[in-house]
Amino acid sequence: METTDKDIIRGGQFLVKETSCEDIFTPEDFSEEQLMMKEAVTEFVDRELWPNKPRFEAKDYAFTEECMKKAAEMGFLSVSVPEAYGGMGMGFVDSMLVCDFISGATGSFSTAFGAHTGIGTLPITLYGTEEQKQKYVPKLASGEWFGSYCLTEPSAGSDANSGKTKAVLSEDGKNYLINGQKMWISNAGFCSLMIVFARIEGDKYITGFIVEYDPENPNGITMGEEEHKLGIRASSTRQVFFNDTVVPVENMLSTRGNGFKIAMNALNVGRIKLAAACLDAQRRTITESVKYANERVQFKTPISSFGAIRQKIAEMATNSWVGESACYRAAKNIEDRIELRKNNGKDTEQEAELKGVEEYAIECSILKVAVSEFIQKCTDEGIQIFGGMGFSEDTPLESAWRDARISRIYEGTNEINRMLCIGMLIKKAMKGHVDVLTPAMAVKEELMSIPSFDTPDYSELFSEEKGIINNLKKLFLMVAGATLQKYGEAIEQQQQLMLAASDILIQIYLAESAILRAEKLAKKQGEDQVKEQIAMAKLNLFHAIDVIETAGKHSIISFSSGDEQRMMLMGLKRYIKYVNMPNIIELRNTIADKVIKENKYCF
Amino acid sequence: MKILVCISHVPDTTSKINFTEDNTLFDTNGVQFIINPNDEFGLTRAMWFKEKQGAHVTVVNVGQVDTEPTLRKALAIGADEAIRVNFKPADGFSVAKQLANVVKTGGYDLVIAGRESIDYNGGMVPGMIAGLTNINFVNTCIGIEVEGNHATVIREIDGGKETVRTSLPLVIGVQKGIVEESDLRIPNMRGIMMARKKPLTVLEPVESNSETTSVIFEKPAPKGAIKMVDTDNLDELVNLLHNEAKVI
Repeated sequence: METTDKDIIRGGQFLVKETSCEDIFTPEDFSEEQLMMKEAVTEFVDRELWPNKPRFEAKDYAFTEECMKKAAEMGFLSVSVPEAYGGMGMGFVDSMLVCDFISGATGSFSTAFGAHTGIGTLPITLYGTEEQKQKYVPKLASGEWFGSYCLTEPSAGSDANSGKTKAVLSEDGKNYLINGQKMWISNAGFCSLMIVFARIEGDKYITGFIVEYDPENPNGITMGEEEHKLGIRASSTRQVFFNDTVVPVENMLSTRGNGFKIAMNALNVGRIKLAAACLDAQRRTITESVKYANERVQFKTPISSFGAIRQKIAEMATNSWVGESACYRAAKNIEDRIELRKNNGKDTEQEAELKGVEEYAIECSILKVAVSEFIQKCTDEGIQIFGGMGFSEDTPLESAWRDARISRIYEGTNEINRMLCIGMLIKKAMKGHVDVLTPAMAVKEELMSIPSFDTPDYSELFSEEKGIINNLKKLFLMVAGATLQKYGEAIEQQQQLMLAASDILIQIYLAESAILRAEKLAKKQGEDQVKEQIAMAKLNLFHAIDVIETAGKHSIISFSSGDEQRMMLMGLKRYIKYVNMPNIIELRNTIADKVIKENKYCF
Repeated sequence: MKILVCISHVPDTTSKINFTEDNTLFDTNGVQFIINPNDEFGLTRAMWFKEKQGAHVTVVNVGQVDTEPTLRKALAIGADEAIRVNFKPADGFSVAKQLANVVKTGGYDLVIAGRESIDYNGGMVPGMIAGLTNINFVNTCIGIEVEGNHATVIREIDGGKETVRTSLPLVIGVQKGIVEESDLRIPNMRGIMMARKKPLTVLEPVESNSETTSVIFEKPAPKGAIKMVDTDNLDELVNLLHNEAKVI
């Protein structure tokens, strides 16, 4: 059956539309080829990267480059590159999968990989002319050249369009001369190609350029020293200075003034890929932690028997599994949307790829924030399980903890992404792409009416939890709707309210993804076979409600007063209500038992 | 040169082993299957012959449809084509009989099989193939070179190794040493993509009766808890070793 527009949920629509568990993609749905890819990538990491962690920590940049070459030989760099340009032309889920499993050993490599395959290559495949693609993409796909992305400047970080780098057209009109300074440039130390953003004359928006770099003939490009960083130590990160760098006019990427758009769209992909890149590191952290907890004996007992440790193991596994559920759900939506656009005959392949991802920009931001915070928590608790040993460089968690920190900063800080996901949702609602208004009005009416005192039948698996998810969506609409009503377009100035709203939105997407995945699994394998996954979905929802209650309360008491405030606080209470509270210690024990018995992350 | 590599579909080395049906059947529930490691060493050597001497490599498995992913992994690693004999393996002889039929009809110069599979460890299939097809056989191979119609094979013997020279066609039973673990190949992305496009032929089995039946499987007794004995209580130690562990 052909997929139609109606079959695929639109970006942000999860908030107002119920999704059936059959409609989401989960890692259990990986095809035989995808499983083989996962195995191949994992074997590569186990053989080439994991045993060499000390070299990465010793800032062996040449080794990072060597590993990138090996990854290229394996075809990992070309998974999402179209076949016409020397790539594999695989789908979005495939490229997520590679990004996920290749990133588990060290942030140094995963950053080099992400910077090259994502922001280093994608701007050309997505915006390049046919000539540019023919000329550069095969070199990048094969690893003959490595790419870097020069956007950030000393005074232009989150405010990316404020860069001071200039591009001036030469008198003969054949070249642009680029002058300026870029910083925090990943892969700078071994790249041969740079995507450089610069401003032409007094343009409102920056313009993208493809700049070749040959150290033998530097063309006015000089590099700063390697930066000394808290983590991702062997990811080459330098400043790049352009001094009258000559760039042929045909190397302009897309059109003049379109650079900011390129930068933002490349980042959409980068965000969801970054979330994927935080997944396997969590799995490995959990495996290392549980192995240690099973071996470490204190008070004549393996510490994995202690409730305090079991709680950590259960929570770490839950976060990892929940993040994974949401990442692959969104990835498949993106893949399907791209396919649909390709097949509709209106879009070129490039446009389809671009718009397919752009459609889910909200989900990309949600995932980036959520999963980067999960990895931070996971490595932190991992160190705690290791105790004093975890603080030592001799255990793998010390570097994992440091590496995790950058994920909350790059690809747009988590604060920027939190505000973005709400901002984008508002824009979508304004454009009529996601009808938030009608359900928001319905919620308002519901709040004025007397709540039903009937106890629904909750005997079916997740019936209560799904009811709660539905209520949490109402809660979001209630809080966000009232905020928007009060501040209108000036809502963007109310950053703390935007952050609170995003916390609610993020929790809803993740909790729903986890419940749908567990439900799908239970339908396929029987509840007994997947009791741990059911427990994780329930445990996560319980925590989600806590976060949502806090965020909701903070918002309501800050922007409303009097009757309106009282009504919304009552609404908040109504929408987070459980009829049957879960026994969360029991849930944690169910999860921990399995992980401890298997002696690894096993879901 | 036409090479046939026999691929056994076996549980991953880290699998938890359990039995069902009153301990007469291996419980495959939750078990991940892999290419038998000894066969993978053989396949890796076959890939060397493909790249250096232009050999054509066919992989074969005797099994049901669930073994096809394992065959496709062999194709992803680089084998040219695959054959699955649609037969549920019962014992070593029944497998060897099916493989012998493939060998007879395929006209292979070199047949490579792992010395033993890591599931039932029968260690008899390569020898039986040679016996049933009346082809030269060298077991426990840790090296092979082929020149024209002759092969020089190094095999492991007790306390050393022996180099033998023989003519093709030839069946060899291989083990680690024919290549090293670091030589094993991870299928690359293009290999994985191409695997489904390569031919995988399903052959109906020849008639074959198993000569043995599994009566019961038993797992070794679980390790008991460690008992600590005080250094000045040697009598207790002797007593435990004699009466409980029964080792002295």
